[in-house]
Amino acid sequence: MKTSEIQALLDEPACHHNSKEKSGCARPKPGAAAGGCAFDGAQIALLPIADVAHIVHGPIACAGSSWDNRGTRASGPALFRIGMTTDLSETDVIMGRGEKRLFHAIKQAIDSYSPAAVFVYNTCVTALIGDDVEAACRAATAHWGTPVVPVDAAGFYGTKNLGNRLAGEAMFKHVIGTREPDTAPARPDGLPTWDINLIGEYNIAGEFWHVLPLLDALGYRVLCTLSGDARFAEVQTMHRAQATMVVCAKALLNVARKLEEQYGIPYFEGSFYGVEDMNNALRDLSRLIGDADLAARTEALIAREQARADAALAPWRERLRGKRVLLYTGGVKSWSIVSALQDLGMKVVATGTKKSTEEDKARIRELMGDDTRMIDDGSPKALLSVYHEYRADILIAGGRNLYTALKARIPFLDINQEREFAYAGYTGMVELARQMALSIESPVWDAVRRPAPWAQPVSGTLMSV
Amino acid sequence: MAHIVHSKKALAVSPLKVSQTVGASLAFLGLARALPLMHGSQGCTAFGKVFFVRHFREPIPLQTTAMDQVSSIMGADDNIVEALHTLCDKSAPDVIGLVTTGLSETQGTDILRAVREFRAQCPQFAGVTVVPVNTPDYVGCLESGHALAVEAIINTLVPEGTAGGRRPRQVNVLASAMLTPGDIEAIREWAEAFGLRAVVLPDIGDALDGHLTEAQYSALTLGGTPRAEIAIMGESAATLVIGPSLYAAADTLRARTGVPDYRFDSLMGLDACDAFTQALATISGRPVPERIERHRAQLQDAMVDSHFMLGFAPVALAADPDVLGQLSRFLLGMGAEIVSAVTPAKGPALTHLPLAEVVVGDLEDLEIAARRGGAHLLIANSHAAETARRLNLPLLRAGFPQYDLVGGYARTWVGYRGSRQALFDLANLLLGAHHDIEPYQPSYRTGAADAEAPHAPDATGLVH
Repeated sequence: MKTSEIQALLDEPACHHNSKEKSGCARPKPGAAAGGCAFDGAQIALLPIADVAHIVHGPIACAGSSWDNRGTRASGPALFRIGMTTDLSETDVIMGRGEKRLFHAIKQAIDSYSPAAVFVYNTCVTALIGDDVEAACRAATAHWGTPVVPVDAAGFYGTKNLGNRLAGEAMFKHVIGTREPDTAPARPDGLPTWDINLIGEYNIAGEFWHVLPLLDALGYRVLCTLSGDARFAEVQTMHRAQATMVVCAKALLNVARKLEEQYGIPYFEGSFYGVEDMNNALRDLSRLIGDADLAARTEALIAREQARADAALAPWRERLRGKRVLLYTGGVKSWSIVSALQDLGMKVVATGTKKSTEEDKARIRELMGDDTRMIDDGSPKALLSVYHEYRADILIAGGRNLYTALKARIPFLDINQEREFAYAGYTGMVELARQMALSIESPVWDAVRRPAPWAQPVSGTLMSV
Repeated sequence: MAHIVHSKKALAVSPLKVSQTVGASLAFLGLARALPLMHGSQGCTAFGKVFFVRHFREPIPLQTTAMDQVSSIMGADDNIVEALHTLCDKSAPDVIGLVTTGLSETQGTDILRAVREFRAQCPQFAGVTVVPVNTPDYVGCLESGHALAVEAIINTLVPEGTAGGRRPRQVNVLASAMLTPGDIEAIREWAEAFGLRAVVLPDIGDALDGHLTEAQYSALTLGGTPRAEIAIMGESAATLVIGPSLYAAADTLRARTGVPDYRFDSLMGLDACDAFTQALATISGRPVPERIERHRAQLQDAMVDSHFMLGFAPVALAADPDVLGQLSRFLLGMGAEIVSAVTPAKGPALTHLPLAEVVVGDLEDLEIAARRGGAHLLIANSHAAETARRLNLPLLRAGFPQYDLVGGYARTWVGYRGSRQALFDLANLLLGAHHDIEPYQPSYRTGAADAEAPHAPDATGLVH
């Protein structure tokens, strides 16, 4: 990929990070970089498309240590759970046999698994030696009739976030708009059908299945979820939606923006976490569709679901009230989950703002007041010192910080992609509350903090990580 | 305080209980050069033998007085004398454990008189110790029978005296039936880490650990507590009593010898292990070795790692009282919920358990309560495999018998390391049975394209 193309992608006008000092996606800093590469980002964004053969073109490191480790769930085909890579050898690299090998690899994937499509992910080594992945894919498509899509997002192109965009770009360039949706079948309840897209919803732990029945009941047909539990044929039809929701992530914002620019599909950013955000998401959707009856039915559904959620949450609110939370997650979640926690009667004493924009920070202040500590330094040591300083009861963060918390003997809730519990939707709130209570109330903390009967008490719980 | 509820059923379905006779035999199988002799019909012994052979995967020495129709009516004391004579003559054991059965107890046998009769008739066998125990199977369970045997062994073989402490580096360990051979080995090493030599009574860790020997056949136990060691238990610095079922036997031992004792309901979990370690440090006067400190820290780490899986996890449990107590305290300490606790017979410490209720019943009671309580995991013996299958739940095998699991008898549950492994296994069983959300398929989505695609296994790739 050309530098100019990457530059163009870094300039995402719809992204709030694009203004001020954090224009575009920041270049990783040698010696102090954390998080994945562009390949990682591209793979994460697209891997949940369930009936696609995902081939990683490169030596073993890229696929070998990353395949099948996401918490995303699919309802039917599970082809995406099968790891595929060209596993290039030294000879392949030296003799330039990568393209040939890729071509045969695509054939093997098609012969063995009859995928709806093949996605080929470029990696650092193959980008460096100059394999023409795009040409190989074109030839393979012509030869075997199965769509073969190149995803050119080699690791050194940039950060994980850039990789997300590259993936979106590939979908826009090669997939979206290549098929018309089937005519929606008439609904038994006689309601009209509204076609929508959800972008950035990954169905972690199957949590989207808490939300989908509600959308279905209101008359929405989800043309495509990019990319949780999606099918290739669904991605092809995204250009025919009447509205797009970008779910709780900036990752694929470029797809939403381009859908608006080229096809006039309006979009909004929302979240399915927490009762309040759920209500807002449903209202915003209906607002974009602009149907009075839909709006009325949306309000009725919100009233019903909220009452049901309140009843289910009552015992948990009792147990969690007044508990203090240290929240450390990326951008949008730094505030979107806050309202969910406040709704449970909990107090968020500090939140991470490393990846947040000024707008995010303004919303944090609005939600939590001025005395809330915003944390820019997400190092384990800093997190733990804030935890103790603010006498928090639980740390909510991504899996990376899980063992930081546990080694320091403090309760923890995993909020990121790898988690195994579904927190989205009204039903997911109950699970969220339950998991927090589980960790906070666990008797193991007392047990492991008590010194051995034969030992003098040791001071301090801070440990190096 | 647990409320003890007796199952009101006329019919025991999928029984959990194993007889006292078998439990008492187990105790004698933990003595060296010993042999249990069941006073009953042949079948009592045959069933017991098969039971032990399948559980331990070892040849098991077990004999019978072979009561028949006539002796059952007319008196079978002669059978005892004859059986003892034959065994002494043939195998020259150190100890014969004479245990009664439902048949002989109902008949009203007086085994003490029968043993006196044998002594009078056969003075040439005075070197063989005979320990008679009354263990009718219509009372108690395996564990209580085992405890009665241990008490009888103490009464018969430990001389009364006040020589406690003469051997300052020797400790007695009274080992409940809940302890496996692996457990006993771990306890012995635990004591040795403090420079203490343990006399374990009974020592199935030495007798039934499953080891190949030069001798190809033996009519007696191979390994176990030597009779001579039992005789010097009164000279030990202290007695460590493990399992409430043996507290009565411990009273007897203390009354006879004056050796002070330390009592432990359980040796699983951090607090229980700490209490035991502290006792060893006190008795030996030595500091806690670094290796044990490390094992302790490893257990702590496993506790925090696995609390996500075990926290709020509904568990259904069925086992003899000591096992039930040990496991339920351990699970509660991890934040799990006991939705059903079933035990085959009342035990001394059951009421002290921090459970709402303990049901004295069978595996059917467990099944019903587990279903009602929405259990995610069963813990019981191998008979519960079918229960688990019907409930579609994972099963962790504990207690007697474990006939469908190789090495179940050898598993180490106790100690820092045993507890850690138990946490790992429990967490893995719960993870493997993780309840995923049902996929929702809206009506407009046709599944035609999905039908041909390959399906991956249900287990999810977790990266914790």
